[in-house]
Amino acid sequence: MEKKVIETIGISKSFHDPITVEVLNDISFSINKGEFVSVVGKSGCGKSTLLYILSTMDTNYEGELFLDGVKMNNKKDAELAKVRNEKIGFVFQFHYLLNEFSNLQNVILPGLKFGKLTNKEIEHNAYEKLKILGIEKEALKFPNQLSGGQKQRVAIARALINEPLIIMGDEPTGNLDKKNGDIVFNIFKELAEEFQQSLLIVTHDLDFASKTQRTITMEDGKIISNGS
Amino acid sequence: MKFKLITQISQAMLKARLKQSMVAAFGVTFSITMFISLLSFMAGLNDLLDNLILNRTAHVRLYNEILPSPIQPIAKSTTYIGAYNFVKHVKPKNELLEIRNSEAIISVLKNDPNVRGIAPKTTVPIFYNVGAVNLTGVINGIDVDAENKLFMFQDYVVQGKTIDLKNTPNSIILGIGAAKKMLVQVGDNIQITTSNGRRFPLKVVGFFQSGIEELDKVQSYATLATTQKILGKPASYVTDIQIKLYDMNLAPALAKRYYTLFETEAIDIQTANAQFETGSSVRTLISYAVGITLLIVAGFGIYNILNMMIYEKMDSIAILKAIGFSGKDVNAIFINIALTIGLVGGALGLLFGLGLSALIGEIPFNTASLPTVKTYPINYNLKFYLIGAVFSIITTYLAGYFPSKKASKIDPVDIIRGK
Repeated sequence: MEKKVIETIGISKSFHDPITVEVLNDISFSINKGEFVSVVGKSGCGKSTLLYILSTMDTNYEGELFLDGVKMNNKKDAELAKVRNEKIGFVFQFHYLLNEFSNLQNVILPGLKFGKLTNKEIEHNAYEKLKILGIEKEALKFPNQLSGGQKQRVAIARALINEPLIIMGDEPTGNLDKKNGDIVFNIFKELAEEFQQSLLIVTHDLDFASKTQRTITMEDGKIISNGS
Repeated sequence: MKFKLITQISQAMLKARLKQSMVAAFGVTFSITMFISLLSFMAGLNDLLDNLILNRTAHVRLYNEILPSPIQPIAKSTTYIGAYNFVKHVKPKNELLEIRNSEAIISVLKNDPNVRGIAPKTTVPIFYNVGAVNLTGVINGIDVDAENKLFMFQDYVVQGKTIDLKNTPNSIILGIGAAKKMLVQVGDNIQITTSNGRRFPLKVVGFFQSGIEELDKVQSYATLATTQKILGKPASYVTDIQIKLYDMNLAPALAKRYYTLFETEAIDIQTANAQFETGSSVRTLISYAVGITLLIVAGFGIYNILNMMIYEKMDSIAILKAIGFSGKDVNAIFINIALTIGLVGGALGLLFGLGLSALIGEIPFNTASLPTVKTYPINYNLKFYLIGAVFSIITTYLAGYFPSKKASKIDPVDIIRGK
C-alpha cells in the first residue's frame, strides 16, 4: 500500500454567522504520495474551505486531519506554521507575492524561515527551481515587473523551495488566460510525473481537472465522487 | 539567523513605505529634540537661579544673635530645686555680636575633614554720608582670598578688582545700587558713619552687583582689617564664620554639632533656603511632564502609522502566514518596524537635541541682575539623554505592541478568500 500524505476522517465545518450553514459534511478521503489530484465542484460547494482546512490555516472544524501520518488537531499556532513551512507548498488564485522583495527573495523566504540549509544553498536551490519553471532570467526583478503567468510561476517556485510533502493550489489557473493556464498545468504535470510531487489542486475548470490523475467531485459539502 | 530574517523583512516593509516611516520617525525625532532642549534649558536655568543664592551662601554659618539667655540665674540656684519660677520682662544681656574665641574655632574647623574652607566675616551696620543725607548700609569685612575661593566673590565685582581691596588700605567695594545713589566713581572717596557715631573715610576701589537689587543698595565690602579698624576692635573680632563643606547634605547634622561645640548660633543652608529647593523641584517636575507628554504624542503617531501599515499589508501578512510564519513571527516583524522607527528617530532626536540646546546656549542673555551670565544657561546633563533614549524606545515599543498584536491575529484565510 502506498504512503498516504493526507488523510481526513469525518471532517465537518459549519458557519454560524448569521445563521448556521453546514459547508462541509463528513469528508473522509486520502491522497497518496506522488498523486496529482484535483477537486472540482460548483462554487460554494465547500472545496476552497476544505483546502484551507487541509492546509492547516483554518483550524475551526470537527473531525480528524492527518498530514504525513501526524494528527494536526490541537496543534498550536507556531507548530502549524512550522508544518505549513516545511510540508506544504501553497499556490493561490492570485499570485500573492510580496512586492517588497525581488522574485528570488520571494522564493527563498520560506527556505530562510525553515533554516535547514545555509543561505547560499537556499539561493542555489531557488535558482534551480526558477530554471525548472523557465523564469530564472526574472530572478532579480520585482513581482510588479512580471506578467500574470510569470508571477504564478514564481509562486510555484516558492511553493517548491522546501521540497514539500504536497503542493496545494486554490484555483491556480483561475486568473490566467488559456495559454498561461496551460503552461502552469504542464508544470504541475511535469512535477508529478518527473519529481513524484504530490499535488492537490482545487479548480472549477473541468478541462483542467480531466487531465489530472484523479478528480474528486464535491457538491453541497459532500464528496460525491472519489475518483478512484 | 531567525532574527536576521525578521529584520530583513521589516526593513523591506519600511523601505516600501519610506515616506510614512520617515514621518513617524520625524515625530519621535521632534519630541526627543524638544525633550532634550527643554530639560537642558530648564535645568540650566534652575542651576543659575539656585547658584544665585547657593553660591554665595555658606553651608553652615556660625554667628551670635542678641537673645535673652535661655537659662536665668534663678534656675541654677540650689535653694529652690523642684520649684517653678516665673521671670517677667527678661532682657538680653549687653553682649557683642562677636564670636568668642574665634581664632580657636577657626583652627578647629580648619582641621575638620568635612570642611572645604572657611571664610570669617565681620558685619558692620553703617550709614553712607551723602551730603546732608545718611543712607543706611552694611559693610561686610571679608577675607578676600577665602571669599573668592568659596563664594566666587570676583564674579560679582563688576568694576575694579578684588585684589585692590586687599592692597589698598581703607578701601571699599560698593554695592552698585548704593554707588548709583551716591553718584560715585571708582577712585572716589566716601564718608561713612558707624552706629556709635564714628566717621570714617573710605576709598572706592570697585562696584559689586549680586543680582539681588535690594542687597546691592545696602551692602558693601571691605577687608576684615578695615572693618575692625572702623569698629576699633582687635584682629580677632569676627561676627560670622562661614563654612563650606565637601558634602552639602551633611550641613544640618554638622550645624547641630557646631552649635553645642562652639556655643554659637549655627544655621545650615537647607534651613536657611528651603524655598529654593522647592522651587527648582517643581520647575523640574513641570519640564519632565511636558517632555514626556511630547513623547507620548509621538507614540500615538507611530501607533497610527503602524495601524495603517498593517491594513495596507494585510495581504503580505496573510502570505507570510501561509508560507509558514507564525503569529509570533509576524508580531516580531511589526515590533521590529516600530523599534526601528523609534531607534532611528530617537538617535536623531538626541543629536538634534544636543544641537538645539547648544544653539540656545549661544543666544545672548543680558540682564542687569545677572552680571556673569552672557548667554542662556544650558545644563548638558547626560541623564536627560539617557532618559530620552530609554523613553523613545519604551514609547515606540508600546505604540507598536497593539498594532503588532492585531497583525499577529490576522486570519490568512479571511484575507485570501476575501479576494
